[in-house]
Amino acid sequence: MRAVEAVYEKVTAKNFPKGPDMLASGHRACQGCGEVLALRLLLKALGTEFIAVSATGCMEVCTGPYPQSAWRMPWIHVAFENAAAVASGVEAATHVLRRKGRGYNQRIPVVAVAGDGGTADIGLQALSGALERYHENFIYVCLDNEAYMNTGIQRSSETPFMANTTTSPVGSVTKGQYTWKKDMPAIAAAHHIPYVATATPAQHLDLMTKIRRAAAIEGPAYLHVYSPCPTGWRMKPELSVEICKLAVSTRIFPLYEVLDGRYQINRKVDNPTPIADYFKVQGRFRHLKENDVAVITERVNADYQRLVDLSEKFPVENPA
Amino acid sequence: MTKPTIDALAKVGDLPLGFTAKPGSTMDFKTGDWRSVRPILDREKCIHCAFCYYYCPDGVYKDMYDGKDDATKYFQADYDYCKGCGICAQECPKKAITMTLEEV
Amino acid sequence: MAKRIGMEVSLAVAEAVKLANTDVIAAYPITPQTHIVEHLSELVADGELDAAYIPVESEHSAMSSCIGSSAAGARTFTATSSQGLALMNEMIYIAPVLRVPIVLAIANRALSAPINIWNDHSDIMSVRDAGWVSVFAENGQEALDLTLISFRVAEDPEVSLPISMNIDGFTLSHFIEPILIPDQAEVDKYLPPFKPNLKLDIKDPISIGLLGAPECYTEARKATDNILWQSKNHVVKAFDEFNKVFGRQYHVVETYRHEDADTIMLMMGSIAETAMTAVDEMRDNGQKVGLVRIRLWRPFPEEELLASLSKAKHLAIIDRHAILGCSSGPVGLEVKSLLYNSNLKPNASNYIVGLGGRDVTRDDFKYIFEKASSGQVQTRCEFVGVYE
Repeated sequence: MRAVEAVYEKVTAKNFPKGPDMLASGHRACQGCGEVLALRLLLKALGTEFIAVSATGCMEVCTGPYPQSAWRMPWIHVAFENAAAVASGVEAATHVLRRKGRGYNQRIPVVAVAGDGGTADIGLQALSGALERYHENFIYVCLDNEAYMNTGIQRSSETPFMANTTTSPVGSVTKGQYTWKKDMPAIAAAHHIPYVATATPAQHLDLMTKIRRAAAIEGPAYLHVYSPCPTGWRMKPELSVEICKLAVSTRIFPLYEVLDGRYQINRKVDNPTPIADYFKVQGRFRHLKENDVAVITERVNADYQRLVDLSEKFPVENPA
Repeated sequence: MTKPTIDALAKVGDLPLGFTAKPGSTMDFKTGDWRSVRPILDREKCIHCAFCYYYCPDGVYKDMYDGKDDATKYFQADYDYCKGCGICAQECPKKAITMTLEEV
Repeated sequence: MAKRIGMEVSLAVAEAVKLANTDVIAAYPITPQTHIVEHLSELVADGELDAAYIPVESEHSAMSSCIGSSAAGARTFTATSSQGLALMNEMIYIAPVLRVPIVLAIANRALSAPINIWNDHSDIMSVRDAGWVSVFAENGQEALDLTLISFRVAEDPEVSLPISMNIDGFTLSHFIEPILIPDQAEVDKYLPPFKPNLKLDIKDPISIGLLGAPECYTEARKATDNILWQSKNHVVKAFDEFNKVFGRQYHVVETYRHEDADTIMLMMGSIAETAMTAVDEMRDNGQKVGLVRIRLWRPFPEEELLASLSKAKHLAIIDRHAILGCSSGPVGLEVKSLLYNSNLKPNASNYIVGLGGRDVTRDDFKYIFEKASSGQVQTRCEFVGVYE
């Protein structure tokens, strides 16, 4: 079955899932954490019958200090780099037990959650293996807050160009991160899995609908979720949702889906907001000069155009 | 049993098998005392749009609507858990929420 | 009825995994473990074993997947060697505290460097502190039997721990031996279906793998230590039950002609087969030598070892791994430490043999006997046969 044919219910304001959140209050995420907001919404979209696997990181530490856990579904955390591998084992077990008559009667989505470091750096191998092996009920969510926040704001391969972190500091010689953000969704898509999507918690219905779609598809899915970190980005905590909107409207973080290898941009941005508006509310970009912003703008526009080209050349073929 | 040198959380023999926890048990931990500013809702301005509920990282907003009485059409923050981040006030389209300094 | 067939030991281990009706196998190939997982792949491919075979991209992911699969309630097996076990190391330390039963067959092989594919015990010794039950097989029959026993011990609700079943790489894993392959009915009688007492269950959710602050980390480690010590009784019970069903009795410590021996040679693994031949030859010459073999390495069988050494005047502790910069190998350290706190005071020396697949011959054992029975104690371990 093609991914576009998967049947799922869109999340709307009218049918917004009722009942308690699957991620309980009392977790220790920072004030205004955009990552835990994304997580809360994603989990809420999935109902109650699924299993979650966490990589070590902010979301794991702040939700599971013994003797407490914020997770209301069965949840396991093992280590940093292996959420995809642990989820592979859980998925294989639920699959085979069902076949052998000792499991559940229905498919059980297994959701692996990791940060950008746990995904794009140390966890990339395990993720690649899991995507390549084509586990049927496997959803991988990268909550990308663009640095190692849990250990104190060190740079990762997802840290944006020129961002100031504790290991890509702004000095008299350097201007912060000297590499461009690794294109993780493209790497996931290169495994020719049925579904890859990007999302942010500000477009909450879109975010929640995407994980529902991922769960409905038979085969692995990868979601890359923009996850603002007021602490690490040196930003006012109340701006976590606003910054998502800016990331999309400036084309810094385009919202798109790759279904069966075909592209669909969910929010077209024809007249982008000036990128300077995005930078000025974040302390991590405080040092940028006008020409730096120009360099970044050029790159962001080129990346966006590439996505537009892909979506025109290989458009999603919706079923008749 | 030897006396622990620091406040241990549980005796060895009382730990659950596999060092596990019950689902949703962080509810035992009230994060409300992190707050320095408190969201106050002006119910006159509230249009029951639910943005405060959607966008709360801590899931503290509860829909008070009883299905009948329009006066119950608003969302109430649970101050036991609200950390006072201010996203609700920022995102409220009617500016019905104000962040007010907590009185010590 | 059981059938006796000539079979490669690796294949016999795989057959035991099949007889156990294992649900999930997550494995990555590494010499000399490969024949185990190749045969399992064949059994799955031919439908003889209904299992999920996860062809993971590394040993780290193999053990990660095994932890996930066991936590999800599936009977779980993997196998590795040497560098593979080293890469698993991080996961090896996590599994016991999470109390997930996993059976891991290790075809023991030397650790790099220099890179070397042959047998010694340096791989398993790198994870000896991790909290796994750990057993060593001497021959093919024992490898098959211990695989079945391992599932029973690991999944015993009062144990619920991972277990490593060690077979010497090549010198055991690749040998063809006459092996009794048990009946499915016999195995079913011995090994009940896996009923996890800890499970990722959508009907009764729990959270596994929490943060342990200083206020509870010590207690969590001690709880695992307690259960590991207690597991010995369950291992003994599983050995006794095995005998009832299959007629083969195992002990946590095995002895050979040790009753009246002045000198005891103590070791683990398949070299004991050669050592027994050497003991017989030396006995024919009137030398009072005996052999003690550790089958259960973790938990360390203190009482049984002390009982087996009660009459020894001289003790040669033989290690297949050298701890660099330390006076003894791991077996040497632990046995000497045990003796120190007992009233037994044999002249104990430690000998390192068979590193990186170097043959261990009858002459080596005779040499060790001569040195040990002289009564002279060496404070540092001796690398037997090293050319320097």
